[in-house]
Order: sequence, then C-alpha cells, then structure tokens
Amino acid sequence: MSNAEKTLLMQILQKHKTEKGSLIPVLQDIQEHFGFISKESMELVSEQLDYPESDIYGVVTFYAQFKLEKPGKHSMKICQGTACHVIGADTVRDVVFKELNLKDYGTTEDMKFTVEEVACLGCCSLAPVIMVDNQVFGKLTIDKIKKILNTY
Amino acid sequence: MSKYKVVVGMGSCGIAAGAHSVYEKVQETIKNKPELEIMLEETGCIGMCYKEPLVEIENVKTGKKFLYGGVDVKRWDKIVEEHLVKGEGIKKWMVKTSDKDGTEEDIFKKQFRIVLARTGHINPESIEEYIDTDGYKALKRVLRDMKREDVIDEIKKSGLRGRGGAGFPTGLKWEFASKEKNSKKYMVCNADEGDPGAFMDRAVLEGDPHSVIEGMIIGAFAVGSDEGYIYCRAEYPLAIKRLTIAIEQAEKMNFLGDKILGTEFSFYITIKQGAGAFVCGEETALMSSIEGKRGMPRIRPPFPAQKGIWNKPTNINNVETYANVAWIIHNGYEKFAKLGTEKSKGTKVFSLSGKIRKTGLVEVPMGISLREIIFDIAGGIPNNKKFKAVQMGGPSGGCIPEQLLDIPVDYDSLSSTGAIMGSGGMVVMDEDSCMVSIAKYFLNFTQNESCGKCTFCRVGTKRMHEILTRITEGKGREGDVEKLEEIAYMVAESSLCGLGQTAPNPVLTTLKYFRNEYEAHIKDKKCPAGQCKDLIILKIDKEKCIKCGLCALNCPVDCITGNKDTPYEIQQKKCIKCGSCKSVCPVKAVLVE
Repeated sequence: MSNAEKTLLMQILQKHKTEKGSLIPVLQDIQEHFGFISKESMELVSEQLDYPESDIYGVVTFYAQFKLEKPGKHSMKICQGTACHVIGADTVRDVVFKELNLKDYGTTEDMKFTVEEVACLGCCSLAPVIMVDNQVFGKLTIDKIKKILNTY
Repeated sequence: MSKYKVVVGMGSCGIAAGAHSVYEKVQETIKNKPELEIMLEETGCIGMCYKEPLVEIENVKTGKKFLYGGVDVKRWDKIVEEHLVKGEGIKKWMVKTSDKDGTEEDIFKKQFRIVLARTGHINPESIEEYIDTDGYKALKRVLRDMKREDVIDEIKKSGLRGRGGAGFPTGLKWEFASKEKNSKKYMVCNADEGDPGAFMDRAVLEGDPHSVIEGMIIGAFAVGSDEGYIYCRAEYPLAIKRLTIAIEQAEKMNFLGDKILGTEFSFYITIKQGAGAFVCGEETALMSSIEGKRGMPRIRPPFPAQKGIWNKPTNINNVETYANVAWIIHNGYEKFAKLGTEKSKGTKVFSLSGKIRKTGLVEVPMGISLREIIFDIAGGIPNNKKFKAVQMGGPSGGCIPEQLLDIPVDYDSLSSTGAIMGSGGMVVMDEDSCMVSIAKYFLNFTQNESCGKCTFCRVGTKRMHEILTRITEGKGREGDVEKLEEIAYMVAESSLCGLGQTAPNPVLTTLKYFRNEYEAHIKDKKCPAGQCKDLIILKIDKEKCIKCGLCALNCPVDCITGNKDTPYEIQQKKCIKCGSCKSVCPVKAVLVE
C-alpha cells in the first residue's frame, strides 16, 4: 500500500471514529474509494478498530457489495429480478457475455468492465434492465445493449 | 410570475427512460425562448412507469394541468411548438389532464392514494412543497394536543398493519415498545426493499421522503425513542440522496433534532446503507447489520421491542407503514378504517410488472380483487396472450392462477392461496412463462441469499434448486415431485427466520396449481410454455420465411444463415435458444418445437 493510500484509509477511519457500529460504513467507504477491499486494508482496519481480522473477513464476504479483487473501470450489474427474468434477463446476459468476450460473471481482460448479477434494481416496469456505474438502462433489446456498450 | 410550470418526472424509472435529456432540453428551451416564461421543476414517480418519461405542463394563470407521456427530446420540441407557442395541446400524447372532460387513463380509476398522494406531484427535494400539502401538520398536532398513549390508540383504532409483508398490527407493535422501561430506545425504518418485483418503497423514498420521516418522528414520540435509523439498500442511490436532503431540511426547521418545535421531545435520524444482503430485510438480521456485523437472524424471543439494537428496545416498521402514519393522524383514524376490509384496513400499494400492459405503481383500497387490478386498472396482458399466473410476495410468496383472480386483496385471503401479500410486488406471467422455471428461479435466489445459519435452509434450498434444475433440463426422474414436497416441508418447519420458512412457497404453490407442467417436464420431457431451453428447438418454417433477414441480424450468436434467395435456417449447434429471432420475425415463421 502506498503512503497516499494509507493516508486516505486513515482519513476514512477518522471520519467514522465516533459512529457506533462503524465497521460496515468504514468498509463501504473503502470499497467506494479503492474499488475493492485489499488484505492490507483489512489488516489496518482490524488494528485501528480493534476488531479481529477474521470477523472483518466474515463481514466482507457476507455482503455482496464488498469485493476482494480489483474491479474493472466500469461496473455493470445485470438485473435478475423476477420481472427481468420473465421478460428475458438470460438473453441480456448472453448478449453481454458475447459482446465482452466473457464466459462467466467477472472482469473483462482489458479491465474495462466488471459484470455482476444483481437481485433486483427496482426498475421492474422497465424490464429487462442493467445498471452501468450508477445509471440504469431499461427496456433493453439486443441492439440497445450493443449501443450502450459502445458508449463506454 | 411564470406562464408555465413544467414538471419532469425524475424517479429512477423516469431517469432510466431518458428523463435527464428531456430535463436538459427544457433548460435549453428556457434559455432560447425566454418569452415563454417557463419555470422548471422535478418530481418523483407518478406510477405510470410504462409512459415514462412523463412531463406535466401547468398553465400557471388558469391552474390547468396537462400530463404528457412518452416524452423524448423530439416530442418535447413538438410540445413547445404546439402547446406552449400556439396554445394547442397535443391530445394524443396526453395521459391525464386536470379537466374533468380530459383524457384520464384507466390506471387512475379505482385508485385511492394515501401513500402515493404526493409522489409525482411535489418536488421531493423541497420541504416547502411538502408543508404546503399538509405536511408536518400531523406532527404538530401530536406534539401540541396528544399524549403518547393517544397516538398509539389512534393508530390501533385505524387498523393499520405492517406493510412489509407479515401484516402485524402497527399500533400493537408501538405499544410493546412504549411499555419497555429503558431510557434508550431505537426507532428503525426498514427500507431494505429486497423482494425482486417490488419497488413501491423506492418510489415513496424518491418521491415523498418527508412522509416517511414524519411517520418515524410520530412513532418515536409514541414509543419514547430519541434515535432512529433508516436502513436503506445501497442499490437505491437516488432514494438515499433524497432522504439525506430531507433529513437536513427537517433538522433546519426543527422537525428533527433537539427539543422539537419547542417541546421536550428530541429525535435524530441516521441513514445506514445496506451492503447487499437480502436476508437483512429480516428484522433481527437488519439489527445485526446496523451493529456492523454479518446480517444473521437470531431466535425470537426476545423480540426487538425488548432487546433490539445493542440490546436496547427497538421498534422496526417498513417504509410504506410509516408513510401511512401522518395521514391517519391528520385525517383521523375513522377515515382510514373506513377503507378496506374487516381485518385489512386502508390501502395497499402494488407494483405491477412482467407481462402486463401498464406497468407501474397503483394504490388501491384493500379488498378489491386481483382481477380488477390486473385487468381493469392495468389493462391486462399485452400481445393477445393469455394470463397464466400472478406472482405475489416475491421469494416468500407464490403464484396465483386464473381461477383465483376474484379473491379480494387482503392479508388473510391472499395467505389462504399459499401466496402472501408480502411487500406488494405483482409480477404477471402469460402463457409463455414456464412455472417450473419460475420456481427454479426463486429457489436459486433463496439458496444464494440464505445466510447459512440453519442447515435446512442452507442445504435444503440447494437440494431443491438442484432437483428443479434437472427437471427443467429434461433429466427429471420419477419421484422428484414427492421429494420436492418432502424437502419443502422440512425447510419450512426447521428454519429460524422468514427467509427459510417461506422459501418453499414458490415451489409449493406452483405444484399446487400447475402440477401438470411439472409432469410434462418429467414424463414427456416437454416444456408446455416453450421456455426451458433444453427441451425446445427453434426452427424456421421455410415456406413461411420471406427472407427478410431480420432474424439473422438480431441473432446474438450469429447462428442463422441464409440470404435473399435461400430461406433462413438456424444452426442448431450454435443456437442458444434466446428467442430473439422469434420475437422479431414479421411473419411468425420461427417455430418452437
């Protein structure tokens, strides 16, 4: 970990110092700033918050939001909600995989996209939907998916 | 004063449908045509998601309002030209007008809006607009005229039951928490809307956050709490943003904070973001998560009202429940109790999605029938297809078939079908939806989301998912149905929390109402709905094919060959059976076998 990263981590810890139950908010901030939660940052959090490392690892692996590996530049979430499933989320997934040359969920070779599935984005009336970074795209067709991918 | 007020619907659905570019376009119009004197505002979800983006034009002088649907940048230009410049509204794009003789879409008939009364009408980022529409009046009345017991009594008499799924009487819950003798109590709002297919809480938080906050403050006063948490899923960034703004505004005006409105009552709210675990919608898991731990449910009793967050008495209600509170206090419990059925009072918000014409949110009095909601309000099934089932209650619920569509929508009638009211998500399925595949889908969901604490839930849901997978792959065996039933019973009986106890419901209801589909998969190796990919082949009828090539153009795996002289053909080896060719073929030449 570089010194700059260490400073950022300490700032995050400082920010939540007085908060009760601060472990998850701290990890959420680390996830947001670094894109993932490294072994070193877990060690530092453990030391600073006086929490066993194993507990921190337990929390990190329990919640879908936390990643252990460095993700791609953009995050893509393919909605697998009921409405999306009924209307064709599987096709969306197949098309995305084919366009990005992926065999399964994960990060593309060029580190441009990390593709994950998400239980429901709550935009069921626009099914099928995906979310790229924080933007939701709905009523997807094969053409539309290709166009969206081309804009990134 | 401006001539026109233009309001753009900016809920998540609206934004996904392109509301941002329309909003920018309106800003451009304001710059280029200052003579039109346009005032621009944004609002939350109106509930007509199928018509997004929605733009409302109000003639400030006359007070007349016109709501336009499907407004893209091009339509906006036309609306400016015809409506704003020439003064001639474009009737065919209007979905609602304030005139009595105007076009009013059927979706608004039969609705009664309490929770959604303001969403889509006020600017959710303006506390002034909330106050102008009777906001915080209930809180003022409570603090001025009522004792804690009076508030609880009023809510009890209204008959309000929890809108998160289980339907526990809210007044009673508050009474339990209020009777605990402890100087520290917590008030929690469960905004971890995780059921796939439910999005009413998101719409309320995005469109009318103050109504939830006011309900929470009143509740806190009643139970004697001074600190509250809103536990909201991280997947709802817009809801979190608007809640944050609303809390700041309420603090500034002293509806929240120290010595609220000059009384001795103080209350603070903090937002906690969920980190992506469905089980955290369960109250004991949610509390663990707030404490910063893994969200694992625990045994009750002790109930949260006795020992909740950090072992202090805690009261938890859902977003929609809180959003009813201020209305009840302001309008009186009698008015609320008049709506609905004997045991289910008031209204319920339902989110409609799936194979249905008018997707969106509707709020109806309890007791109206499912048929009225699906056919009269939402316009039925598109593309001349036949209704097959409606899935209610998400992974804890079940599929209700056609023959039961006339039952009234209330907690007890719905439970009698094997489904549940749940949070109110309705996903409609037509003849092309395979019920075994739906059951498999939900079991995949629950086995992924099981926290792993109880063996029957952890292992049982996995085994059920395996059996369902093999059935949909055409490898089902004699006795599989019975095995499913056996495991379902064990999982339901031996799990600690609601997730495990209700996880078998999607399987049990589909087995109850659509057993023949299971048998067709197992015995005949056929999927009657033509959805299970391993049991179907897609073929192009050479006689019918007009050689247009649309199928090949749309095939995601390029497995269709042909040209303008030879009919198109699907290379079965490469085909992923996505059905894209079938959906684009203009002459229906793609057949499912």
